Amino acid sequence: MSKGREFVVQSDYAIEAKGLVKRFGDTLAVDGIDLRIPTGSIYGVLGPNGAGKTTTLRMLLGIIDPDSGERHVLGHKRPLEAAPLVGYLPEERGLYPSMASRDAIAFMGALRGLPLKEGRRRADLLLEEHGLGHAAKRPIRTLSKGMAQTVQLLGCILHEPRVIVLDEPFSGLDALNQGRLEGLIRRQRENGATILFSTHVIAHAERLCERIAIIAGGKVRFEGQVDEARDRLRPQVRLRTRATEGAWRSAIPDDARLDGSDWRFELPASGIEPLLKALVDGNAGIESLSIERPGLHDAFVAIAGAEAAAEMEQPTQLEAAA
Amino acid sequence: MMRLFKSAMVIARRDYIATVWSRSFLFFLLGPLIMGTFGGVLGNIGNRVDEAALRPSVAVIADANDAAPVRAAYDRLNGQVNGLPDLRIVAPTGKPDAQAQSLLADGTKSATIVLADWQTKPRLIGPQGQIDALTPDIRLILEAVATDGALKARGVTRPEITLATTAVEPTRTDTSANRHVVARMGQLILFVLTLMLAGMLLSNLVEEKSNKVIEVLAAAVPVDAIFLGKMVAMLSVSLTGIAIWGGILAGGVIARFGGGGVPAPAVGWGVFAVLGVLYFVMNYMILGGLFLGIGAQASTVREVQTLSMPVTMAQLAIFALGSAVVNDVDTPLGLTAALFPLSSPIAMIARAAQDGALWPHLLALLWQSLWVALIIRFAARRFRKGVLMSGAQRRPFWRRKTAA
Repeated sequence: MSKGREFVVQSDYAIEAKGLVKRFGDTLAVDGIDLRIPTGSIYGVLGPNGAGKTTTLRMLLGIIDPDSGERHVLGHKRPLEAAPLVGYLPEERGLYPSMASRDAIAFMGALRGLPLKEGRRRADLLLEEHGLGHAAKRPIRTLSKGMAQTVQLLGCILHEPRVIVLDEPFSGLDALNQGRLEGLIRRQRENGATILFSTHVIAHAERLCERIAIIAGGKVRFEGQVDEARDRLRPQVRLRTRATEGAWRSAIPDDARLDGSDWRFELPASGIEPLLKALVDGNAGIESLSIERPGLHDAFVAIAGAEAAAEMEQPTQLEAAA
Repeated sequence: MMRLFKSAMVIARRDYIATVWSRSFLFFLLGPLIMGTFGGVLGNIGNRVDEAALRPSVAVIADANDAAPVRAAYDRLNGQVNGLPDLRIVAPTGKPDAQAQSLLADGTKSATIVLADWQTKPRLIGPQGQIDALTPDIRLILEAVATDGALKARGVTRPEITLATTAVEPTRTDTSANRHVVARMGQLILFVLTLMLAGMLLSNLVEEKSNKVIEVLAAAVPVDAIFLGKMVAMLSVSLTGIAIWGGILAGGVIARFGGGGVPAPAVGWGVFAVLGVLYFVMNYMILGGLFLGIGAQASTVREVQTLSMPVTMAQLAIFALGSAVVNDVDTPLGLTAALFPLSSPIAMIARAAQDGALWPHLLALLWQSLWVALIIRFAARRFRKGVLMSGAQRRPFWRRKTAA
């Protein structure tokens, strides 16, 4: 157990930020962001490239200072004071190419206060656990991109941090490694860590996060549980009938649209039962009827706008470089 | 504060090991040694060539038989007296002045000076400067010829003199002039080493930024600790190199001169060496801090070169200032040089060579330490202000105003 584990966090929130503003020259990168990350949760920051995600994370970690606003990490007003309890994977991965994997991991632990000897011992265990035992003494430059990224991730959790911040952690990983990373994130949360990660891939946030913040144009457009975001949209009804006309048509909302042979419309506020009764009584001949809950993507489009959603499809710097 | 130093040491340790255990460090060590060896060998060859080419030559107009006593006396003296001119016997043509003109003007084997009529009324022909310079040597040779002739006429052989010898250690010459020489040498070594080695910091930081490790470091430890760690690492690398080069150089000097004849500085060699190391550390940290601040602003080696040029030029000016006050360490200019942080180490090493008092060095080292802390702080702040921003590459500050 590291020294960090003995630290008792009193607050319900591992990270709190209020009114963060950051300007680079004429560009307002972050415009008054408020965030509260509950202790022990997996929290996602979603937004297109250039939305201000990385700048926000850097301010939360104390890498750069905000022009105004304040932030607390594990109760510390100066985030770097909590650095021994924090792990960070930056968007632009950085490792010394000539260092052996175990030394690179141990070095990252040493930066967070873990003695080098203990760091090497843990590094060997972690590498073995993640199928990279054979690469422990290999220089980083000889590893594949996925292996190097795993090494950096292990370096970020080596000292058993209470808060783990991951900036676009899935970028540049293939589907197999993405699945492994999701598993690792869940295990860290089960061990009591708070996970904060940024992503522009909605599916990851939808699968992993309990709470999310949607950032666009340097502002928080939505903050809350994933379900709350999805609940902002009414469920969608998809209906196909054998009959095309009849009295039952009056039960279908006026704004329903015909998509091929299917009717599509929002679930009426009165629920599905009155519609179902009208369809049966009117002999509509129901071929299929489904009620679909909107996905996070739909919620994102509704919250941040179609333009921001389209930008989410753009690759990150890492993906573009890959 | 403890955490800052601990973090700095973690970074310093990694950088030091990574540098010293690399192949490039071997080249770094060998560079000055190879340069020194080549310089020495080529210089020696050049000196010998120059010596042979520039040695003056006396042409003696006489028959070979007539000139035999001159040749004999010259050969004997040439083994005992350093710096005698070459001697050439030239058969007479009957017109000594015209022949002398011809010998002096001969493009391939020209004589520096010509000796005519040596048996009757010896006469030197040549430029006045050469006559003045060579007259004592030629007089010495002719006197030896005359003495040989007189001894031969009396049937006396030249006596053999046997000298007994007793070798002692050379005596130290602690004169003021010699201490000035030590002061200047100390300044020169300090300046050259600092300028040569502090530049490594620049490339180190640019490399760090290019391999993206800098953000990992900046998220874990204060930027001040990163800068301090990098400076300590590069300083340690430099001191390792200096220890190796210095050991070889000192070994060479002692082997060649025995060490006793080297003039001692006012504080003594031991204290002078310690102060030399401390002032190198301070000079390195001050200049290195400035270079790190510059390296933090630049993202390419080209930008680094552009930005570091003014600092290098300023350093030359500071060296000139330090050199100017060697003879006047207690004048207002000398004290200004000692107070100005960039010139202080260079001015103070000159003082150590000439003044035995130690307390000014204690004050100077404290003063310089304060500036090291301030410069690192300033460089770290500049670094944090704008370098670690995401998104599009930021324009260098000198281009921002002209940007459309």
